[in-house]
Order: sequence, then C-alpha cells, then structure tokens
Amino acid sequence: MFYIHCPYCGERREEEEFHPNGQAHLVRPADPDSVSDEEWGDYLFFRDNPRGIHHEMWVHRLGCRKFFNITRNTTTYEILETYPMGEQPTITAETAKVRHEQGVQTADGGWQTVGARPENSTLNEETPS
Amino acid sequence: MSQNNRLSQGGRIDRSRVLTFTFNGQQYPGFAGDTLASALLANGVDVVNRSFKYSRPRGITAAGPEEPNAIVQLGASEAAQVPNVRATQQALYDGLVARSTNGWPNVQRDVMSWVGKLGGSFMPPGFYYKTFMAPASMWMTYEKFIRKGAGLGRSPAESDPDIYDHLNQHCDVLVIGAGPAGLTAALAAARAGARVILCDEQEEMGGSLLDSREVLEGASATEWVERVVAELADMESVTLLPRTTANGYHDHNFVTLHERCTEHLADTAADAGRAGEVRSRLHRVRAERVVLASGSHERPLVYANNDVPGNMVAGAISVYLRRYGVAPGQRLVLTTNNDHAYRTALDWKEAGREVVAVVDSRANPDGDRVKQVRDSGIRVITGSAVMEASGSQRVSGARVVAIDTTRFVVTGKIEELACDTIASSGGYSPVIHLASHTGKRPQWREDLLGFVPGEVKGMHFAGGVQAVYALGETLADGARAGGEAAKAAGFDQAEAITVPSVEACAESATSALYQVPHEKPTLRAPKQFVDLQNDVTAAGVELATREGFESIEHVKRYTALGFGTDQGKLGNINGMAIAARCLHRSIPEVGTTVFRPNYTPVSFGAIVGRHCGELFDPERYTALHQWHVENGAEFEDVGHWKRPWYFPRQVDGKTETMHDAVARECLAVRQGVGILDASTLGKIDIQGPDAREFLGRIYTNKWAKLAPGRVRYGLMCKDDGMLMDDGTTSCLAENHFLMTTTTGGAASVLEWLELWHQTEWPELQVYFNSVTDHFATMTVTGPEARKLMAEVTDIDLDREQFKFMDWKQGTVAGVPARVFRISFTGELAFEINVQANYALHVWKALFAHGEKYDLTPYGTETMHVLRAEKGLIIAGQDTDGSVTPEDLGMQWAVGYDKPFPWIGKRALTRPDTAREDRKQLVGLKPKDPKVVLEEGAQIVLDREQKIPMTMMGHVTSSYYSPVLESGFALAVLKGGRNRMGETVYLPMSDGTTHEAEVVNTVFFDPKWERQNV
Amino acid sequence: MSEAGSETNVSNVAVFDTHPAEPIDAESPLAWSRQRGLVDAAGGSGQVSAIERPFLGHLILRGGAITLDEAVRAELGINLPGQPLGLNVDAEGSRSVQWLSPDEWLVIVPGGEEFALENRLRERLGDAHFAIVNVSGGQTLVELSGDKARDVLMKSVTYDVHSHGLPVGKAVGTVFAKTSINLRRPSEACFELVVRRSFADYCVRWLRDAGREYGVSVESPTS
Repeated sequence: MFYIHCPYCGERREEEEFHPNGQAHLVRPADPDSVSDEEWGDYLFFRDNPRGIHHEMWVHRLGCRKFFNITRNTTTYEILETYPMGEQPTITAETAKVRHEQGVQTADGGWQTVGARPENSTLNEETPS
Repeated sequence: MSQNNRLSQGGRIDRSRVLTFTFNGQQYPGFAGDTLASALLANGVDVVNRSFKYSRPRGITAAGPEEPNAIVQLGASEAAQVPNVRATQQALYDGLVARSTNGWPNVQRDVMSWVGKLGGSFMPPGFYYKTFMAPASMWMTYEKFIRKGAGLGRSPAESDPDIYDHLNQHCDVLVIGAGPAGLTAALAAARAGARVILCDEQEEMGGSLLDSREVLEGASATEWVERVVAELADMESVTLLPRTTANGYHDHNFVTLHERCTEHLADTAADAGRAGEVRSRLHRVRAERVVLASGSHERPLVYANNDVPGNMVAGAISVYLRRYGVAPGQRLVLTTNNDHAYRTALDWKEAGREVVAVVDSRANPDGDRVKQVRDSGIRVITGSAVMEASGSQRVSGARVVAIDTTRFVVTGKIEELACDTIASSGGYSPVIHLASHTGKRPQWREDLLGFVPGEVKGMHFAGGVQAVYALGETLADGARAGGEAAKAAGFDQAEAITVPSVEACAESATSALYQVPHEKPTLRAPKQFVDLQNDVTAAGVELATREGFESIEHVKRYTALGFGTDQGKLGNINGMAIAARCLHRSIPEVGTTVFRPNYTPVSFGAIVGRHCGELFDPERYTALHQWHVENGAEFEDVGHWKRPWYFPRQVDGKTETMHDAVARECLAVRQGVGILDASTLGKIDIQGPDAREFLGRIYTNKWAKLAPGRVRYGLMCKDDGMLMDDGTTSCLAENHFLMTTTTGGAASVLEWLELWHQTEWPELQVYFNSVTDHFATMTVTGPEARKLMAEVTDIDLDREQFKFMDWKQGTVAGVPARVFRISFTGELAFEINVQANYALHVWKALFAHGEKYDLTPYGTETMHVLRAEKGLIIAGQDTDGSVTPEDLGMQWAVGYDKPFPWIGKRALTRPDTAREDRKQLVGLKPKDPKVVLEEGAQIVLDREQKIPMTMMGHVTSSYYSPVLESGFALAVLKGGRNRMGETVYLPMSDGTTHEAEVVNTVFFDPKWERQNV
Repeated sequence: MSEAGSETNVSNVAVFDTHPAEPIDAESPLAWSRQRGLVDAAGGSGQVSAIERPFLGHLILRGGAITLDEAVRAELGINLPGQPLGLNVDAEGSRSVQWLSPDEWLVIVPGGEEFALENRLRERLGDAHFAIVNVSGGQTLVELSGDKARDVLMKSVTYDVHSHGLPVGKAVGTVFAKTSINLRRPSEACFELVVRRSFADYCVRWLRDAGREYGVSVESPTS
C-alpha cells in the first residue's frame, strides 16, 4: 500500500484514492497522419518496463481528480518524487547519486524513455543481483 | 488429573478463579491468566497433537507464536470453529473447547501412525511427488486420501456469529513489541511529544521481562513493567494495544495489526457478555516511523527424537515456571550452547524439581550464570550435548555424548541420563519477519549466529531483533531507537530518557551448534527434526542437498521446511545451517531467509472487517428505487447500481415468469407506452468556449455545427481505434453541452475527458462535471408517448416543433425539466431530466395520467430486447475493446475529414484495423424461431468440420422478440457484411448445432419510421 | 431565450432553475433509507449522531482562484479557500466554500439560494473562463457528531481524522468504506460528510453498522 504525495492536495494519501495510468511523459504525435504505422504502433502499445527508476502517471481519482507524475523505484517501491503535469522529473535513472543510493541498475544510454524496441531487449534483461 | 504440574505458588495467574476447559473431549481445570498451553501442561497433558506427515505424538515445545505442535481447533459450537490456533497464544477462558487438529480417532491411538512407524523410511522429502506421479488421472483420488491423512484444521460449516472490524490509525511512531526495548522506545518517543502506538501480541505487556530473573533499579522486572505501562497509559498521545499482533509490514510504513478484542474471553463476544462488540480488529496503521522491537526466538537444538513430548525449548520452560507456576516435568536435562539458557536450570531447581544435568557443548563455559548453576550444585557436563532422546509418548531419558562440532562427530562414550524433560537451547534468532516483509534481505552475522534485519527505510530496530540481548543494553537500545524515531518524525526536542540500571552479567561466548552429531550418520540415525510442524528432518535436508537442491529456496520447497502457519520460526536457521554443512558452504552462501506476511495466521473475519453481508459492496439506488421496490421489480446489478430488471405482475394469483413479463413489457412499448428509469446513465456537464472543439477531438463524429436545442449520438474510441463508449450529447447553449455515457462508463468517461484535457490539451477552455446523480432520467416511449406527455408538460410537443433529436426545456408535472427526443427503443420517445429530489413526484404523476394508456414500467431486460431489435449496440456487450466503429458498420458516425486528428482516427488505417476479414456486427436469425441462441456461442461455417473447428465469430446479444415471434441475435462475424443471407452454424456444448441466417442488424422497422411518428 | 426554451447568458451557457414554481414534495437522498427503517426519530441517545441536512444548494465552481475569488467574496461574503483542502464557513455556519482541486470548489448554501447565486456569480464573472454547475440533487450533507464520531470515522475512512490530520477548517475528498465522500471539519463539534445521492443509503447503513457498539442515531428531516 503506497502512501502517495498528491502535488495538488499537498499531502500524502493512501493508495486506494489513486489509480495508476501507466508510463508518464508519453507524447502523442502532433500529426498522427504523418507518422508510420510502426511509429504509431510504438506510441500505442510499447512501454518501458525498467528495473529501477520509472516515471509513471497517476490520477488522484477519489480526491482532487488531477493527473500527476511519480518517480518510483520499481525494485524498492520507493516513491522518490511526485510532480504536476507539465513538469519534468528532477530525479532520473541518469542521476548518478540516485543510482548509487538506490542501487538502481540500468544500462547507459537513457533507455528509460525509449520504447522497448527489439534492439533494446538486451538492455531490459535483468542484471544478476 | 488435576493440575499435578502446578506449583504451589508463583506465576502471574489468578488462583482464585478456576476455569474449566475441554481438550479432546476431556475436562480439565485451569486458572485465569493461563494460556491453553500452560493449562494443558499444568494438567500433565503430554501429547497434544499428531505430526503432519509421520503421525508421531507431539507435545508442547514453546510458549509463544513459534509453537509448532500445539496447533488446535477451537470452538464449542460449529459456528464458532477456529482452526490453527496456537495453544501457547490462546488465553484460557471458562468453557473453552479445543481439539487436536491431527490424529484420528485420537492423538493417543492414531491409526495413521503406522505410516510413521512402518513408512518412515519410505517417506523421504518429495515422497508425494515421487509416489503419486502416475497415472495423472489418479491424482485427485490420491489427494483426497492424503489430505484426510494430513489435516490442518477445518473451517466452520456455519456462519460466524461474531463481527469484526477495521480501524485506520495514524501515528508518528509505531512500536512493535512491548518487551524491555519496546517499552523504553515507546517511552522515549512519547516523551518527545510523538503520537505513539505500542502493540504487543501477548496478553499483557512486558515481553521477556515477565519471566525474567533480573532486577531493575532494585525492583523486580514486572514491577518496572507495571510502572512504565502506567505512565504510557496516562499519556493522551499514546495508544496501548496489548493482545495485538503486528502481522504485516507493507510499503511506506503501512502496518497491519491484529487485535484480539474478545477472543480471549469466550467463543463469541455474546458468550462473553459483550454482544455487539467486535471479536477481533484489524488496525491499519500508517506510521511515520516504526520501531521494531520484536525480540528473538530461542532455537532448539536438532538431535535424535527431539520431537518426543517432553523436549522443549529452554526459555519456554522458564516462561511456564515463572509466569504460570507450571513445572512441565520432574527431572530436567538442559542441553545448550550458550549462557543465557542456564537460567532455566536455576528456575527449575527453585521450583523444587530436579535438574539432572546441564549439558554444554562448549569446552570451558565460565560466565556468571554458569558459575551460579555450578555453585547451586547442579552437574554441568561440558563439551557435550544430548545426542538422542529416549521414550515414545514422553521423554524417559537423554543420551549424552561428547562431541566435536567442527568435525561433526561424537567423540566419547554415550551416557544415559534418566529424565522426563529435555530443555534445549541453540542460541537465539532475532524475530526479523516484519523487517523482511517488503523484500529486504536480512544479513547473517556470524559473530551473533543469527540473521539481523537489513536496512528498511522508515524502520528502526531495538533490542533482540538486532541481536542485542543483555537486558541493560536492550533497555538502552530501545530508548535510543525510540528517540531516533521521534526525531525522524519531526520531534527533535527529544529529551534522553534514563533507563533503569541492571546488574551486569558476564557471559561466555555462544558456540555455533545447530544439529548435534549422532553416533550414526544422519541418514541412518533416528529422526532429528528441524521443522516440527512440517515433519522435516535433518536427513530430509541432507537428502535434498544430495539430490541437487543447492539453494535454500529450493530446499525449502522440496522439503516443505518453513511452510504452513509456522513459517519456519523455530526451524529455518537450523535447516539452513544443516544445508550449509552438507554443501560445505557458509550459511549466507546457501541463501538468506525472507518471510512473508502474515507473521501469524489472521482470521478471514478480521481481514474482511465490516465489508460483508449487505455491506459487502455498495448498492447504488436511483431516486425512484422506492417505487420500483413497491411495484415488485426484480433487480439486476449493473455495476454497483440496482436497476429494475423487469416488473412481474400477479396473474391469476401467480407471479409472471420473466419471459412473460418481458414479452408483455416489450409489446406495451411497441403498441402503447412504457416507461424506463434511465437515471443510471452517466451525465456530464461540459462548459466553456472550447467545449465544441473538445467534443470534436474526443468523439469520432462531427460537432462543429450542432445547434443549441439539438442532440447528437456520438462514438468514443481509444487511440487504438477501438470503441470505448457511446451516448448522446446535447447542445444546451453555444458553450454548454450535456454528454450521456453508458451506465458503466460514467466514471471512466469523465476521467477520460479529464485525462486528455489535463495532459494533452490544457489550453482548451472547457470544464467537465458529473451530474449523473443530480438529474433523474425517465424515458417515456411508445406510440402513445406524445399523448401521455401532453397531459403533463407545457412543452409544445408538435412533431414539427419538437423533432427527433431535439431537446426542450419546460415543466413536467410542474417540475422544471429538460426533455430530449432521443430513442433507444426505435419508438417515439421522450427522455425527461428533472432534479433528482423531485423525481418521484414526476414519476408518480406520469403514472397517474398514464393509467388510461396502460403505462407500463419496464426494466433493463425489455430495454435490451427493444434496442437489439433495432440493431442498437451496447458498448461493452456488443463490443469488447477489439471492435472499431467500422466493424460496427457505423461509418456514418465517423468524421473522416475533420481537421483535428481526433482520438482513434489514425488507428483506423493501421493494417490490422483496415483488414477486410475483421469481425463485423451482423444480425442472426435462427432457422428455428423458437431458438434463442446463447450469448457467447461460437459461429462456424462448416458444421461437419472436425474439432478444432474454424471459429468465425460469436453471438454478442440474443433475445426472444415478441413482435418478431422469434429468437434473434446480434453477433460479430468475420467478413460478416459480405455474408448476408448465408447460413452459419452454432455448435453447442450438448452436441446440438443451431442454424442461423446472417441478416441485417435492424430486425424491426428498418425504415426507422416509428421513432418519428 | 434559446431555441430550446432555456435561458442563456453572456458566457453562452444554459442556466436551469430546477426548483418548481409551486411547492412540491421533494425526496432527499435518504428518503428510501427512511422508508426501510434506517432513520430514527429525532433526539437519539447514542454516542454518535448522524443528521442529514437535506435540500441544501450545492454548486460546483470551476475556474482559476484569482478569477473566482473576488466574485465569491462579493456575492457570498466568504473568501475562496486559496490553499488546498481549505474550508471556509460564514459566521452563521450556513454557507461554505470548500476547496476540491486547484480549479474546483464546492459551495453549499441554504436550499433555494443556489440559482440566484449562480446567476449573480455569472453576471459578475462575465466572459471569464469558468464554469458553475448545480449539483444540489446529486448529493447531500450529513453531520456527524458525538463523543465517538471520530471513532466511527476511523472505521470508515483511511484519512487521519485526528485533529492533527483534519483540523477545523479543513476538508478532504477521500475514500469512505467502498465509496468516496467529501469529509469536512467545519467546527470542533462535528464532521460533515458530503455523500453522493446514489451512495447515501450505503453510507447510512455503513455508519449504523460501524457505530453500533457506541449507539448511533440517524436523522433525516423531511424538509
């Protein structure tokens, strides 16, 4: 049971007030008609599944009904920050400090925000702990 | 037998209150303050159970939650049955009835014990897997037999008369465990000003201090406990929860505590004279900080026949002696590898019983307690251990031998000591369960011979849980942890509290001993039990390692070590040590051990709380619910809503069948006038200058030109092009719209609108608000609808003035109303919205005027039939998230040339959505009009094809139509629109096959004339 | 007047006075609960008392705080709570404004005042970007008081209802049993629950059950 800080209500609330909405910072192509079927398919269906830092969109469904983002460590379940729509995370998998403190295991190259393309599959494999 | 083992004095029991209880059919006396276990021991009951696999007689081994054997079934009546109760944790009450969970016909003569005697060597680990492998079809038969043989309690067959509840708690510091460390931690945190909850699983607070020999500030340990508890109880910011087990530690410091409220008093709260009170309560605690002061469990040593009744953990014997005034035997042999256990020999001797010998595995123990024991004249045998217990139903002797722990061999001659009780101590295991519930791995400390908790964010550790055992250090450690926790929670003015002085006691180091070597190899020696509850032996663990199971996780699963309600409290470390020895590795190399919630079993009642019976799930009612009930409606659950399903009438003293009622309701709408409570439809008020633009992006069709006063039907897709919801939206004013959604889609559609507005198009000036509950909605429909409406409304109903898909404002029965000319039946229809508080008035007025038209209330079933006759879909029934507007043949509702790339548009040209052979919505007319096809039935083209047949689609909606006098259905069929007129087949599970013709989806009034009359 | 026969205004929004011109019996959301015997006569003796305040005017205001603040103060005499989770109540205790989200407030006024208030606010706000929605029929207010009111709430909501978590002047949208409510603390003496009409009966049944051990009474005046 998470205890989630709603950036709009300004305090932490029980997880049951919230609902997860998947990966954050997805961008809908501005001109869908001009993107290829493959690019559109990536936008629709392919999501990151990192071990470590992940940015997720949640909604305070039974509270203020606002969407916001969470930076969460998927291995420790720790929520590192929450921030309103339109803002960028201050903590990312590339933050060396976080990597060290959290024991985050990621490959280099910022694959966190890249779709899980086949060529990235090796990056998504678990590193032995 | 009458409490022969009860000492004449001592203990924290009330000898003036005699309680009578029944165990396995026999009555015994006990005292208030006893546990079931202490009372059984007082009465000399040696055999309390039969073991799980080998049916060996078992006695009480421990005094707390770690007890593996004394697992009983509680309850005098069927309804009050509680399985898997540890007798060591159950307070005794008058009239308590308990039975052993294993053993038939009884624990003294168990017919299954032949398995143990004859089959012992035939039942290695994996026995069941190996023996009952083939044939696979017989497994179900084997399983029944095996389960009957095993048995681990049973659930009651009658409804539980008690109530349970939840309490949501918040605090700054939650202290788990009220032993010496927990008490000083709570005191330190509370004095710093923090909101503190202190919980402890025992009947009274104090933990190990309740049976301690030590003196605190010149007073007995129990006197100090009373003082501290009294001080804490006086503080408003402190909540004391005795009899409360912290069972689960979850993410972000969420802890579940299980409080026994009346369980210690009687079978039920009513029996305890406390009817209406809860039996047990689940506290759901969100703590800023947690102090884990859960102490430690003493480990028994693993030696041959260490399961015979009379073998006990040393500390447990001290608990029974000092807290309950019970000496569970006459002649004691203590076998130990540490100093602390020596106290048991002193306690035993002080109780006037004989200590035959203390057998110490260490060569030269010389601590203060050792000296004290020697000084009291007790024989101490060093460098040795009890290798084997003698006896079957009760220990009759101990076989003692000198051992070499490094080479794991016996080195001397065996000495037989006559005794009836063997106390063993192999050191202490910190109770780290809660610290590992969120997945944090504990750390092995070879210097402490135990696992200590890994770092857990928000959790502080105090005392025995991190292997701080000496009392003075434990008290100080608790004060430190409590102060730190308070400070971390924002109370940084914490004054250091002074902890009571305790006389220091010099101790010699504990030696590493888990399994005692036997004169025979482990595999040939009598059974040496590691996990008593699951009948796992040292030989079993050794065999598992020989068969290639090298990780402790695999060994556990192969042998069942640490399974069940026990969760390896006594056995896990010994099992790991044995596996490590066999594999010639260190303990941490074999693995660590983590525990899952719950620490001890929690009854389902406490987990469910008040969410049961009629409060299991919310029931949502419309403003007209009372009328529906009074008029005999049968109800259907739609989400949480209770919607009238149909309204059966009384005909000739009999209640109409559903089929007859629905047929009557359908014909009433087609021929006269009917009325539906449509209040459950989602209604969303949309305001703002960009409302129209927003609708154009979220719906598939066009909204740019919808004029105020007009209504339009819209389809909503996800961006994958699949239909998610549909409904009508009315233009109330240039910048104001009222959207309707399906009943089930009300909340999700509103959130969907918010999602796009908040994340993608925040620049659009528009607001959405739910008005679902604000307006009640009634649909008056049928050829006579206009006549009826004319009697109750001031709105001009002229068909030229008030056209199909218009809406108008006026009054209905004197109540301001918005009336919409939309139709879900294909008939002339008026949908009336009034403020819900006036709904019943309007509804009743319609019936007052409607009597002459035989106004007929109809429910959801008739609504379904009528809409399906018109080929009108229900999103979520005829669609399933894989259906596009084009699949539905609704290209007319798709604005292909709208300027903004609306949600779902791009997906419609993806190769998969553009396929010709996608499943398309069609009508099906059974060749036999009496047949109503099953919803979900699969469609095939070749009825003779062998299984697996080529499935071409399935039926989505199917009903009997009274106007068609035939069954009819909607279905999705591959390439369906090109198959009009073809015959398809629907093979059923009973072997019959139905035939149906593929037809248009509109079965009735194909020219749509009736809704425009 | 638009084609549809409803009134519109400068912001091109249709306003709708839902109250009849002549008095007509209205049913509060707890009418069915009363019918099925879940409502007590006035003056319960238990340690928990739940009293419905039916037929109040409930308006949802949407818009920017700066846009709405002046209009609300001018027309209602109450400051718009600018801080999250704020609840401002007038001196009589009969009118209140509650923060619901950064662009959303709940205004509760005596029944019958809401339509006039909506019109006055609309006039004052002109063509600013805002929305006002009348939800008076869709929810009701239940006052919870008594020595054990807090204990009953602890069984019902996960939110911290201690004065630390919910001091006077605070209001939160949160989970109540298996539904959601707005939980308000207008004064030391009581809590207020704003419940949705369709869930009102469930909430009352829940309160009766959760309060059983303390003695609980539920009242629902019919006017």
